[in-house]
Amino acid sequence: MAGKFQVRILPAYCKGCGICVSVCPKQVLGLGKDKAQVVQPDQCIGCLNCEYHCPDFAITVTEGEKDE
Amino acid sequence: MKYKDFLRKDKMPHIWCPGCGHGMVLSSFLRALAKREYHPDKVAVISGIGCSSRASGYLNFNTLHTTHGRAIPFATGIKMAKPELKVVVLTGDGDSAAIGGNHLIHAARRNIELTVIVFNNNIYGMTSGQYSPLTPHMRLATTAPYGNIDYPFDLVKLAEGAGASFVARGATAQPRHLEKIIGQGLDHNGFSLIEVITQCPTYFGRKNRMGSAVDMLQWQRDNTSTTGKEGKIPLGIFVQEERPEYCANYHHLVKTVAEGKGSE
Repeated sequence: MAGKFQVRILPAYCKGCGICVSVCPKQVLGLGKDKAQVVQPDQCIGCLNCEYHCPDFAITVTEGEKDE
Repeated sequence: MKYKDFLRKDKMPHIWCPGCGHGMVLSSFLRALAKREYHPDKVAVISGIGCSSRASGYLNFNTLHTTHGRAIPFATGIKMAKPELKVVVLTGDGDSAAIGGNHLIHAARRNIELTVIVFNNNIYGMTSGQYSPLTPHMRLATTAPYGNIDYPFDLVKLAEGAGASFVARGATAQPRHLEKIIGQGLDHNGFSLIEVITQCPTYFGRKNRMGSAVDMLQWQRDNTSTTGKEGKIPLGIFVQEERPEYCANYHHLVKTVAEGKGSE
């Protein structure tokens, strides 16, 4: 089952500071080689902590299924 | 409009270091603006010089990147000429409290409707970490390798003493609280100063062994309080008063003189 929320990270904006990873209460995000990445998308509860804390405007959280 | 629509996408990503809090202040400010549905043409953002002052270049409003410390004088001119604009000054601790300190106190005294957001990272970041008037006592900086013997300004008290009618302090560790107080500053009819505690992991953090940006945010959470706890840096709104605004007073004077009534 897909999660209720979609977390998108723009790799071109992300500088890999790790702030989003530290403020996520559900361990949705992890730090890849040098950028943040979504590791457990289904766990997202849509609290927006990551988006509001991101210094680089790299994260967008939206409600609903992935529109592809 | 969504807050990210206010960015000049062709200028992104911004130049701030990984983990720098300036982007967090900027996003809180943009969310507060978006919530109030300001049209971008009705907003003017003025900045001086420094890391913080790069902010204006990323924003799709009427923007002006001015000389060091002089953002407030430029903003004063714009507000006097076009009082219908929402004029916001984005400035740093060095820009506003050292080089532009004189302008800051006089704008506060006049109660001109400017929203001044001070990005306080306790250091001059752009020029590689010299101490500023807001570097705490005995903290390290490039120009204070054995500790800064100066005592810092309390910007909130300074603005209050100078007569600002809205004074608040927020921190990047609390972006929702920050958005709220910046929003109230934007709503205020008069001079508003919002000091924002933000982290500089590259210079202030590294010089003072404060760890990563994540550690510095934790330091903020441990050392600030929105409820006035003893021994913590207080966050919140400290002054919020309605007082006659400078442009309104000026235009009233012009009107009365033009009508031949003289001064009242």
